[in-house]
Amino acid sequence: MRPEEFPLLLDWGTPLGLPPAFIFFAAAAIIAMLRGDHQQLAKRAVLLLVPVIGLWNLTTLSMGPSWVIDVLDFQLVQLRVDRLSLLFGLLFHLGAFLGVLYALRVRDDTQHIAALVYAGSALGAVFAGDLISLFFYWEGMAVASAFLVWGRRTPESNGAGLRYLTIHLISGLLLLAGALLHFQATGRIAFEYVGLGRVEGWLILAAFGIKCGFPLVHNWITDAYPQSTPSGTVFLSMFTTKVAVYALARGFPGADILVIVGTVMAVFPIFYAVIENDLRRVLGYSMINQIGFMVVGVGIGTELALNGTVAHAFNEVMFKGLLFMTMGAVLLRVRHVNGSDLGGLYKSMPLTTIFCVVGAASISAFPLFSGFVSKSMIMAAMIEEGHDVLWLALLFASAGGFHHAGIKIPYFAFFAHHSGLTVKEAPWNMLVAMALAAGLCILAGTWPALLYGLLPWEVAYAPYTYPHVLIQLQLLTFSALAFAWLKLSGIYPPELRSVNLDADWLYRWLGTRAARWTLGAIGFAAAGIRETARDEAAALGGKLLGRRGLLTRPTPTGAAALWVGALLAGYLFLYFFVPGG
Amino acid sequence: MIASHLPVLQVVMSLVAAPLCMVLHRGRPAWLLSVAVSWASLACAVALLLQVIDDGAVTYAFGGWAAPVGIEYRIDILNGFVLLIIAAISAVVVPYSLRSAADEIAPERLWLFYAVLNLLLAGLFGIAITGDLFNVFVFLEISSLASYALVSLGRDRRALTAAFRYLILGTLGATFILIGIGLLYAATGTLNMADIAVRVQGQLDSRTILAAFAFLTVGISLKAALFPLHSWLPGAYAYAPSAVTALLAATATKVAIYLLLRMVFLFGPDFIYEELPLSEVIVTLALLGVLSGSAAALLQTDVKRLLAYSSVAHVGYMLLGIGLGGMLGLGGGIVHLFNHAMAKGAVFLAVGCIVLRVGSSELASLQGIGRRMPWTMAAFVIAAFSLIGVPLTAGFIGKWYLVLAAMERGWWWVAAALLVAGALSVLYMWRVVEQAYFHEPHPANADAAEAPLSMLVPLWVLAAASVYFGIDTSLNAGLAARAAAVVLGIAP
Repeated sequence: MRPEEFPLLLDWGTPLGLPPAFIFFAAAAIIAMLRGDHQQLAKRAVLLLVPVIGLWNLTTLSMGPSWVIDVLDFQLVQLRVDRLSLLFGLLFHLGAFLGVLYALRVRDDTQHIAALVYAGSALGAVFAGDLISLFFYWEGMAVASAFLVWGRRTPESNGAGLRYLTIHLISGLLLLAGALLHFQATGRIAFEYVGLGRVEGWLILAAFGIKCGFPLVHNWITDAYPQSTPSGTVFLSMFTTKVAVYALARGFPGADILVIVGTVMAVFPIFYAVIENDLRRVLGYSMINQIGFMVVGVGIGTELALNGTVAHAFNEVMFKGLLFMTMGAVLLRVRHVNGSDLGGLYKSMPLTTIFCVVGAASISAFPLFSGFVSKSMIMAAMIEEGHDVLWLALLFASAGGFHHAGIKIPYFAFFAHHSGLTVKEAPWNMLVAMALAAGLCILAGTWPALLYGLLPWEVAYAPYTYPHVLIQLQLLTFSALAFAWLKLSGIYPPELRSVNLDADWLYRWLGTRAARWTLGAIGFAAAGIRETARDEAAALGGKLLGRRGLLTRPTPTGAAALWVGALLAGYLFLYFFVPGG
Repeated sequence: MIASHLPVLQVVMSLVAAPLCMVLHRGRPAWLLSVAVSWASLACAVALLLQVIDDGAVTYAFGGWAAPVGIEYRIDILNGFVLLIIAAISAVVVPYSLRSAADEIAPERLWLFYAVLNLLLAGLFGIAITGDLFNVFVFLEISSLASYALVSLGRDRRALTAAFRYLILGTLGATFILIGIGLLYAATGTLNMADIAVRVQGQLDSRTILAAFAFLTVGISLKAALFPLHSWLPGAYAYAPSAVTALLAATATKVAIYLLLRMVFLFGPDFIYEELPLSEVIVTLALLGVLSGSAAALLQTDVKRLLAYSSVAHVGYMLLGIGLGGMLGLGGGIVHLFNHAMAKGAVFLAVGCIVLRVGSSELASLQGIGRRMPWTMAAFVIAAFSLIGVPLTAGFIGKWYLVLAAMERGWWWVAAALLVAGALSVLYMWRVVEQAYFHEPHPANADAAEAPLSMLVPLWVLAAASVYFGIDTSLNAGLAARAAAVVLGIAP
């Protein structure tokens, strides 16, 4: 069941290679040292060369663990190469290349450095052979990617970045706690199959789940991604959640609960996506929808399902990256991506429009586009394992996904009513990056054997059969009809200039108030905090104990002396009466 | 020849340096003398510890009077380790104090400052080294009186009230300890600790011994600032001169915790952990201290105060180790003594640098200080990592042992509370980092320059130690494990 137990199909050459993360970290250091605008050219060369050198390095790796560092009682494996980590390694190098190309003209070194450290940490996490190293790269990703959110430098992005960082640091703490418990229980720290047999399994699952965007902890995606810079969001969409999917696939294949969780993830965002106005946030919801499919695949845990999961993760990086790139280009040119105020951009941005349509076709799983060849593997595995009802739910989620990502995004941005906007086409580097991503989407869709050859297990699945193509076309046609009918009859929710709060209400409204009250209560209980929590304490104390109450009296020395007496009495009582004596 | 008199030199050097500082009557010579003494003390502590590691416990009979009659100094791994902590911190802080104290203390009082500083060190060394319980009380008074005086030297007028509060509560604690010692003497007829440890065993259920133990626990808890007896600490740390704060935070509470460990040794781990319900009480109070200290730190607007509340939390960690008991718990608590001394010393030294250049430790006046004083803030961040307990820093080791000890006893809620406290510490440290790096410089620090080298070097020594001892743990964790074995009576 686990990847390392399966025979290798490819030999990847001699043992020369470096851990890929190190190459990216070194490049980040070089960018940091190249100061000033006149070295722009050198910086761009470094940026573009890093993924290329990294790809070459990848071909020199040999299977098995290497680069083992001994710290404390732990063996930290920096480079664990098997077919699963290699596939994600290749994917992240491709993603990093597209990302740096797209971001090439950004004149903000902080963003470039953050992006390189972020990509490096993602690669480090994928190649880490033990839970402690995984934790380090996990936190590295969190911190570096937070700087991409902050890169927009608006008050909204500052707040969103802080919330984003907080939830990811919590995820890291859960992972560390789980890792240490795992070590305590088993004496092993290697990152292999974890399972849900013990408490640490649930802690680690919670850590992965946060990064994966499980329901109720998904808000960081829809909160932070729309606030980042045009290129920052492209990077963000590529790495974090895919590392989480990778970690789930390695740690929890076949965990039944994931089938349910994944189905919920696939279904619930489509309602939010319909009413959302910010098109990058729509893509955020669409991302949760797609990851839902992958989580289901991990939960089924058969070879076909896991192959489908990693293949879909691969394709999603390409098509979701592509869609975020097109929206980033619109953001760059128009300065906003609100569906209500866009439209008709196909005239001024024709190439971007074409790329967006390719991305939309891929995400909707049109035949000949990449989504078709991977999503269907998961669906087929579901039928094989007899999840009929959930299969129907996923079919519904597919249709919904097509509707909001496949139709809504290109329709409102580039077609719909003409908004009167005339802008320039996206700059060349963005166009090249989008063209490459679009090319990969079509390549994967038309020549699936290429992708299937890279998957961890042997693939005996043929996507292009008559029934499959026919069913998929029917699904797509009827969803498109539904959209057209709803739109024409005026039932479709109009694009409102509104902000929708979702479960983030829990922590942005209720959470802050709960925190304030909790802290206030602690302040009331502990004499020392009184000075700063005076207002709360006075208000509460006035009601409960009066202004000169036991805990609120303004004589701290006396109060402390009272504590001394109370404690002495307590100890005496305990020593005299509680034990045998 | 000298080697056999090392135990007495450890204390006497600082004790003699104090009046010598008065005789010198000027700031800089007094400082030079203090530096020389602090480095000699460090050499002495290292030599003693090596001796103990090689040959087992070292005893020194004062004036040739043998133990039960005369006063005995007795050094085993546990107090050898504590001596090393005090000596190492003082060897770093005293050189640092040249610029810092000159800036914060009136020149005509400067030699007084160094005289009292040496008295404080003599007292701390004395508490740690002596094998006589009454002698502990004497040195406790010396160190306490010295620290009240040092706190009151702070330039803010509120330092006086803080010192007064510290004085009242400290005296209360010392009185309790004295009563406890008196009761123990009444019950056992001896003041020598080794003797007491033998003689109490037959009469552990006597009311006198139990009352003595209760008085000692409360008195020491007060000195150690264990929740809810911590209210003297934030004010004292916040308003004392920066160098004093660093020294007190890194050593004074540690010595009190050492005393508590010595009590466990005196009464025997069986009595503490099996017969009394002490484990649950101490763990509960320690966790309350950890959580309330961390939450209170989150609400502060002054960095020194913020770090002082963080100290309340960290005292909680150390006591948690004692409460959990066993090799893991005690080892975790003891190693955290060392690691917290390094890290908290470093952050307070960094704040001292900021106070020197900016003139304030208000959080708001730190805005953009990361650009003005990059080296100072970088060291602060490194030490803050250690305080948070990030792996590969020293602070992680202690917390990790504590979590393991909690697991060993099956107390999940303790591990969960530690996790919450860890998250809180990230948040309160983040508030400082956010002010320092994510804001335009505040007008108050518009012309702030990097701190002088004489302050940066000590700061970086401690910051580097916080990282070094997180990676090579053979010294701190190795010694802590052996010290825990001493407390548990497994090793001599």
